Amino acid sequence: METEFRAKREQGRKLLVPYVTGGLTGWQQAIRAAADAGADAIEIGIPFSDPVMDGPIIQEASQRALDAGVTPVSIFEEARELEVGIPLAVMCYYNTIHHAGHERFAYQLVSAGISAAIVPDLPLEESGLWCAAADAAGIETVMLAAPTAPDERLPRIAARSRGFLYSVGLLGVTGERNSLAASATALAKRLKAVTDVPVLVGVGVSNAAQAREACLVADGVIQGASVVRRLMDGGPEAVGEYVAEVRAAITF
Amino acid sequence: MSILDEPSVEGRFGEFGGRFVPETLVPACQELEAAFRDAWTDPTFRAELNQLLSEYAGRPSMLTECHNLGRSLGIRLILKREDLNHTGSHKINNVLGQAMLAKRMGKTRLVAETGAGQHGVASATAAALLGMSCKVYMGAVDVERQSLNVFRMKLLGAEVEAVHSGSRTLKDAVNEAMRDWVATVSETHYCLGSVMGPHPYPWMVREFQRIIGEEAHAQCRELLHGEDPDFVVACVGGGSNAMGIFSGFIDTSTARLIGVEPAGGAAVGRGVPGVVHGMRSYLMQDEYGQVQEAHSISAGLDYPGVGPEHSYLASIGRAEYPTVTDAEVISAFQLMARSEGIIPALECAHAMAWIVREAPKMQGKVVLMNLSGRGDKDVGQMMEILG
Repeated sequence: METEFRAKREQGRKLLVPYVTGGLTGWQQAIRAAADAGADAIEIGIPFSDPVMDGPIIQEASQRALDAGVTPVSIFEEARELEVGIPLAVMCYYNTIHHAGHERFAYQLVSAGISAAIVPDLPLEESGLWCAAADAAGIETVMLAAPTAPDERLPRIAARSRGFLYSVGLLGVTGERNSLAASATALAKRLKAVTDVPVLVGVGVSNAAQAREACLVADGVIQGASVVRRLMDGGPEAVGEYVAEVRAAITF
Repeated sequence: MSILDEPSVEGRFGEFGGRFVPETLVPACQELEAAFRDAWTDPTFRAELNQLLSEYAGRPSMLTECHNLGRSLGIRLILKREDLNHTGSHKINNVLGQAMLAKRMGKTRLVAETGAGQHGVASATAAALLGMSCKVYMGAVDVERQSLNVFRMKLLGAEVEAVHSGSRTLKDAVNEAMRDWVATVSETHYCLGSVMGPHPYPWMVREFQRIIGEEAHAQCRELLHGEDPDFVVACVGGGSNAMGIFSGFIDTSTARLIGVEPAGGAAVGRGVPGVVHGMRSYLMQDEYGQVQEAHSISAGLDYPGVGPEHSYLASIGRAEYPTVTDAEVISAFQLMARSEGIIPALECAHAMAWIVREAPKMQGKVVLMNLSGRGDKDVGQMMEILG
């Protein structure tokens, strides 16, 4: 994913990564629609019983999927059928990996055609075991950087990040906000100053205008709750339309 | 070598513990750890806390020997009376420490999770005393069954939010408190109520609660003419009252340490190591690592995990973690009330239930039980159960 992202950045393209909760009704079609509408990669959420980094929308989506009997394994099986021509990443909480076993989970991702993992409750200091297994399997681990980090911490996080660097847009959990927090561009700016890994802003980037604002500084955006809400309310077509709208807004 | 040590630099007790939190909270945990280390070695802080503990919370708590129950069970039964603390449980020991620390760190707001409501009440109390604002998250199921404590918190000026996600009990209240903290970390301290969560909480809360064990150890030596009890028994949800009393006996005695879990929330008994709420510990989970719901008559023990130091003590065999059923708990609750004139919290009735069941194997032995809370809050629920 990182090679592809760097190449696209070279060409002046801003990177767009929609998030879709795995197993949610219509999730595969939504991913296809997003890919057709100009997404550069897809983040597949693996539903977890205790999603502490997620706000009400993604919590609800996760709960719906869990109630429908969705498991990591069922998502991997269905992900294998996607063949959308852009990289796939998973967003999963650490216990999902820990319970499966680090090597086994990395192998499951590879077999499902997934190239990267984002683990929001696995900070740098705890990431050693997973990163070793992921590196060995060729899975890129995307690290998150938050506005609360002191300056000395950011280069260390960036150095361990593969694929891209996830710049957390605000103090808070995933969800839609009325405006882009000042912290979103401020942190992206701090990160851009210390790394050449692509920097994407996620959490609290809630619409096309906010995505454009973030992309004035960052290399791209992740669109989570705004995509998942559209999938739950309007179905896969609504996701495609929205991704196209964001793509247009971040094409400078 | 001492078992009751500080955790490792990474916050590990053996292979348990750690700091598995969103990146946003890492600096907050580091800052908290540094502030706690500084405060805990500062004689002024210790003196101020001790003064609050004695003049406000009512420490030291006394020992009560249960002669009636002891006679009928064939043991010597001694209670450590944490139920007599201000606000009615051991929770005040930890909360006064954390609230003082938060204030020292310049925080103006406390958030807390609560199960039975005892930690929420204690947090609301400390916030009122120290002039801080306080928000308490409580599972919607628990709001229902502990309505008296909900009103107590409100009287004390706290805001109580019912949590409707997941199993709508303690674990979901912890999730919601963490989400709040992620968004408000600059002015807010997360006042966690048990020896769980990310480093430094399990260690810090143990340090704030070890006064229970240190007092009890000295008090037992006096009562027992220099001897230690044969058994030290406490209930375990997250495990703070148990860690508190165990602390006084882990290294300084050969007493058997018994942490009693509810049969429907047996993290050590039925769990396998997992990671949730910032820590690696025994955890009830399904084959894909989804955290399972605990089921217990007691809201305070309705938790699928357990503090990491308990997992460690279990793994090295220094403490044992048996379970009791809701039915055994109900009968122990009544037995204690009728035999001794003491209405225990339903949580502590778990410890009592184990003692009643195992008494035939402990004839003539000395059993120290941590009576960590009083049962006033449970009277309404028992009224329904007993008709």
